[in-house]
Amino acid sequence: MIPPKFEYFAPTTVHEALTLLRQYGAEAKLLSGGQSLIPLMKLRLAMPAYLIDINRIPGLDQLQEQNGFLSIGALTREADLEHSELVRTKYPIVCDTARVIGDPLVRNLATIGGNLAHADPANDHPATMLALGAEIVATGLDGERTIPAAEFFTDFFTTALRPDEMLTAIRIPAPAAGSGGTYVKLERKVGDFAIVGVAVQVTIDASGICTRAGIGLTNVASTPLKVHAAEAFLQGKRLDQNSIQQAAQLAAEASRPEADLRGSVEYKRDMVRVLTTRALTGALQRAGGQVA
Amino acid sequence: MATHRIRVTVNGMAREAEVEPRLLFVHFLRDVLRLTGTHIGCDTTHCGACTVLLDGKPIKSCTMFAVQANGRTVLTVEGLEQNGQLHPIQDGFWQEHGLQCGFCTPGMLMTGYALLQHNPAPTEEEIRWAISGNLCRCTGYVNIVKAVQYAAEKIRQGEAS
Repeated sequence: MIPPKFEYFAPTTVHEALTLLRQYGAEAKLLSGGQSLIPLMKLRLAMPAYLIDINRIPGLDQLQEQNGFLSIGALTREADLEHSELVRTKYPIVCDTARVIGDPLVRNLATIGGNLAHADPANDHPATMLALGAEIVATGLDGERTIPAAEFFTDFFTTALRPDEMLTAIRIPAPAAGSGGTYVKLERKVGDFAIVGVAVQVTIDASGICTRAGIGLTNVASTPLKVHAAEAFLQGKRLDQNSIQQAAQLAAEASRPEADLRGSVEYKRDMVRVLTTRALTGALQRAGGQVA
Repeated sequence: MATHRIRVTVNGMAREAEVEPRLLFVHFLRDVLRLTGTHIGCDTTHCGACTVLLDGKPIKSCTMFAVQANGRTVLTVEGLEQNGQLHPIQDGFWQEHGLQCGFCTPGMLMTGYALLQHNPAPTEEEIRWAISGNLCRCTGYVNIVKAVQYAAEKIRQGEAS
């Protein structure tokens, strides 16, 4: 399959990329890992007249802890997240997520920035960023702003990024003591989109009470879904079988899946319940707790 | 639309060409350089038949534009053999009958080669994980895993001797 013709630019600075973006606006697309965009162009579902390849901009693939955040550059490849010792030990939910995206070959090119900016409700990082309470750094010619993940995914394949802004980094708050999280994905086979995915990040205090719960869902609505009801329910409660089951039920009720070749509405909703139970249990274990 | 002059090191040789931006990298390899060992399977980023190494990492060459390879180093299946000697990964597929129709084989070889570069003694699970982006519709993967294990063993023996 041959994509339609386009003009290609390979800027070497963010400023240069943003200048092109301002010039060509809605007719332009940023090319990051290309593992979603190029297939869409081959199918002619995306037909940008201008392609701005950001892969030659140095410094956009930095992974570092600073000022109480883990800052992940937009161009960080999924494979690098998967194999990073820092991510695996301190932010294991991000490692869980990266390693179930696409397949190992795709992950050598695919980037976290692309996964978020593409805003496919079937993409995996968005749910995890919702659970973590992450922030998206958006850069424009007029400066930089941060957008909470909870406000970033505004609609189907649509984000809060303005047409002349680019996603340059993701900031994840360093986990407080007693925190743990995990991402659980149900997929038919490697490389497929999630039937359902659930991200959970919890913090428990010394007496085992949940002081913060973040829950995000993949591919069960037109956007990634933050389950406010279950998060609020768990706040101040002990995570035991009873509370976990009730929270999982709230997540299932909040989900709005559509029937497709991956399953019926009823099946997917029940899988949200099952996977939320598992993710809460796993997150609690990583936080150092045990399900009573 | 403007074309772009690209320079890519392919199997150790500097190659130059004038390409349209929309030219896929796999088409550059096959149609421009006439390196037809790299196969086009699904053309939808699923099957891995088009796997080549880009700066040492296995990627799907159907999901990248040729212009993106400008200035970079690429290894294709044609570059595995050295001085008439099959690479141990190729020998492994021969010895263990790691193929039937052979269509997925170039991709499997490249992924297997990349795995052994950074993990000379992979477990069966690590091999299966590594090739999970390469589809084979004939073998059921059993002999492919054995072929990679054979190559790993042979490389280790070669280093020991």
